[in-house]
Amino acid sequence: MKFFEDIAIGERAELGHHTFTAEAIKAYAGRFDPQAFHVDEAAAARSPFGALCASGWHTASVWMRLMVEHQRRDDEARRDRGEPVAQLGPSPGFRELKWLRPVYVGDTIHYAMEIVEARASNSRPEWGLITLRNTGINQKGEPVISFVSVAFVERRKA
Amino acid sequence: MKDTVDRSASRLYGSVVESGVLVSKLYWEDFKPGRVFEHGPRRITREEIVGFAAEFDPQPMHLDEAAARETLLGGLSASGWHACGIVMRMCIDSFVLNSASMGAPGVDEVKWLVPIRPGDDLTLRSTVLETRASRSRTDMGFVKFIFELFNQAGKPAVTLTTSLMMGRRGDEARPA
Repeated sequence: MKFFEDIAIGERAELGHHTFTAEAIKAYAGRFDPQAFHVDEAAAARSPFGALCASGWHTASVWMRLMVEHQRRDDEARRDRGEPVAQLGPSPGFRELKWLRPVYVGDTIHYAMEIVEARASNSRPEWGLITLRNTGINQKGEPVISFVSVAFVERRKA
Repeated sequence: MKDTVDRSASRLYGSVVESGVLVSKLYWEDFKPGRVFEHGPRRITREEIVGFAAEFDPQPMHLDEAAARETLLGGLSASGWHACGIVMRMCIDSFVLNSASMGAPGVDEVKWLVPIRPGDDLTLRSTVLETRASRSRTDMGFVKFIFELFNQAGKPAVTLTTSLMMGRRGDEARPA
């Protein structure tokens, strides 16, 4: 992770992509979102979705996985170049989460994030707060998910 | 108004127990502002926290006790996305599967307020904030909720605000 001072508004990163299998969709939904259209192909075919589709929370959780892996690759590249690596802190939350289209079995979602805001933390002077707009787009180029999240990022030592 | 959901009875009869009285499936018309559903407690284990994190959020504060102590959260805690999944599952078990819910188009806001730790006993309170009819569809309306997930100390760990799409009563009786 870059230090807070080095982050520019408008910076964008492709985080990677993920293909949703029937097994993974049903495994997630069985634990957290056991509505018929997420766990049962036949029931899903009769539902307004028309086929088995991923829980929206599953689609969002995969964003987190790809974000963590992206940051890890970025951190490794910085260490290889001999640059210091800033810590990415916890997130106080997110807003404006939209599930724009269903994610069906076999869909490949490409995730990206963009920095839309950065400000110092009032309560924690050694940390800044960044706001990200996050998106997921399927293999047909259609947006399936978007949300705005906030995270703490370490500041350079004064 | 406070409605208590009894899990064992709802499993037996397939309907929600409210203050000891069985009621049938809930429709849009049944959700009035101020109505409250409570569910839980449900204990969260270290295995669940680490298992979710290994799959979806492999950061030190969710995976490893020693590494987690060095982070801002000060110890092992559940991923915020795991917390959202727990809220989802508990509201499903609380009343959603016994309702005409048609899902949600999104979530207005989620706040992660207090870390969820191994062994926490979590209780979900679902409160109806407002309702409105759909302008484009006569068979459904929107019910805006705030879901609050409390730990055993009574502190809200997560709050989640969203509008569920809910089928209206009478639609099922109407000829197709």
